[in-house]
Amino acid sequence: MSPFWTIVAILALAALGYGLGRRRAMSLAQGNPRRLHSRPNYYGWNVALFAAVPALLLLVLWALALPLLPHGAASSRAAGILAIIIAVAGLAVAVRRTTPEFRARNAVEQMIRGLLILCSLIAIATTVGIVLSLVFESLHFFRLYPWQDFFFGTEWTPRFGGGSRLGILPLLWGTLYISFIALLVAVPVGLYAAIYMSEYATPRVRSLVKPAIEVLAGIPTIVYGLFALVTVGPLLRDWIAQPLGLGNSGSSVMTAGLVMGMMLIPFVSSLSDDIINAVPQTMRDGSLALGSTHSETIRQVVIPAALPGIVGAILLAASRAIGETMIVVMGAGAMATISGNPFEAMTTITVKIVSQLTGDNDFSSPETLVAFALGLTLFVITLGLNIFALYIVRKYREQYE
Amino acid sequence: MDDVRLAERGVDADAKVKFECRGVQVHYGEKQALKDVDADILDRTVTAFIGPSGCGKSTFLRCLNRMNDTVASARVDGRILLEGEDIYDARVDPVQLRARVGMVFQKPNPFPKSIYDNVAYGPKIHGMARNKAELDEIVERALRGAALWNEVKDRLGETGTGLSGGQQQRLCIARAVATAPEVLLMDEPCSALDPIATAQVEELIDDLRESYSVVIVTHSMQQAARVSQRTAFFHLGNLVEYGDTEQIFTNPQDPRTESYISGKIG
Repeated sequence: MSPFWTIVAILALAALGYGLGRRRAMSLAQGNPRRLHSRPNYYGWNVALFAAVPALLLLVLWALALPLLPHGAASSRAAGILAIIIAVAGLAVAVRRTTPEFRARNAVEQMIRGLLILCSLIAIATTVGIVLSLVFESLHFFRLYPWQDFFFGTEWTPRFGGGSRLGILPLLWGTLYISFIALLVAVPVGLYAAIYMSEYATPRVRSLVKPAIEVLAGIPTIVYGLFALVTVGPLLRDWIAQPLGLGNSGSSVMTAGLVMGMMLIPFVSSLSDDIINAVPQTMRDGSLALGSTHSETIRQVVIPAALPGIVGAILLAASRAIGETMIVVMGAGAMATISGNPFEAMTTITVKIVSQLTGDNDFSSPETLVAFALGLTLFVITLGLNIFALYIVRKYREQYE
Repeated sequence: MDDVRLAERGVDADAKVKFECRGVQVHYGEKQALKDVDADILDRTVTAFIGPSGCGKSTFLRCLNRMNDTVASARVDGRILLEGEDIYDARVDPVQLRARVGMVFQKPNPFPKSIYDNVAYGPKIHGMARNKAELDEIVERALRGAALWNEVKDRLGETGTGLSGGQQQRLCIARAVATAPEVLLMDEPCSALDPIATAQVEELIDDLRESYSVVIVTHSMQQAARVSQRTAFFHLGNLVEYGDTEQIFTNPQDPRTESYISGKIG
């Protein structure tokens, strides 16, 4: 029996169980639902869940364990049969348990709660799984390559023939430099846009402007990358870098930073706008009633009140910037250098992870495994930023509730 | 209405007129909230506005410092003169007006700043202190004026939102007093407070009468009787009756006033 038909059979048993459970409860109560502990439907659901949930869980476990089992076809049939036996057994047990005193609603709600917990556990387990895989591969890497040279090395020259230098510092420098320029663009523009939308725009204008800005957030980053490569890069080179003698490269930190900044504007503006709107109107009234102007009110009351939330929004934007890849590949190039000149090509951690893992690689050389160490470093940085941002946002929320 | 204080406090016979209001009408969009109100509000007097919810008393109060300007749909007609000057004239900046006519709101709304900065906010904006020492003095005087100084003098640096509800409201009163207004408007200042805090604020209002003209909107007729010398009764956007508090509560002229104070409408 194929897994599909197994599932259909289990669901059919559950539907049957629903009818049986409900009918049995009603007949035991002599047709008067008031004599039952719970409403009749709960007796039905109780049986249905008892029939379906354990059997389906078995199928899921079996699917997860599939790679570890030796005989594909035979074990598949065994699992299917076992699941149906469990479904029938569950159904029988649940029907037998159905009495007017049975607290069916509590049982059903407990099972539903269990399912909800399971779903949230899946999300957590995924994170843990990702971290573990990164940690193990990174440990593997650090056995082949000294960690001091990785964390403090200033040169990045991978050679698959051997003799590579894999220092993270040039990549970290590029990452932070580009992110810094991106935030330099996104924070003022986004914040001022948010102040306009929440404080000055009429509701009609706001309802038009806000979605228009949020369209920016929906553009795929590869499109931003194209924009950087084709428009912004050559423009900066021809109009600023070459006349000033700062470089001849179309790809530069400035190109990637500017375009990434544009990508981040909607993040900063949309979140800040929501946060500024959450500042109670009574606070503004209080300030206006003391004879302060609208702009004094914004500067001295509204923004300080919203500041923790705004900082949270900026940190979330920063972690986006640090993790961004496509714009950097197309805007900043792939040269691992440490330099202060913003018109020079540089690269970031994410770009190098991609380039180390594309092509034919064996997963035992440090040149490939370094990608995991890079990924882990990046993960720790963005995780730290995110936790810090969430902490600040949450602290702010407590203030007004 | 057998409050002993009532008898002691009549209206000052020579109290000046502070606000002269003639034919004041307010519309919110199509809806008329206030119909043709004529009233004089006296200096150094507590004037209470009473009436059922939605009767226009808060609307009228917010006309007096042009807070209705912040409501996009609101339109105010008629004339309101503050010491003979039309406050809706184009030459009057509402920002300057609000420094002269302070306001305390229904819900305490301290800024999320320190107690000191809450009180110093207005004086700083209006450049009332030349140095830190002067500002300190203004803050202390305002907090003393709001009967809050003794409770907070050792923790002026703590945030104002951490105070109790009654303390917060007195902080807001101190904040309003600190800008040295001529008139203090209070929109149901005790409705979010417990009885003890209410009594403290009421006592404070009585003290404020020494220096200011106070206008208070209240839902509580007892409160109006306790704190005010003049009372105005609003109903459905009309100013029904306006006179000495004692007369309004003991000998109302209009049948609607009588029904309201005896609890028949409201």
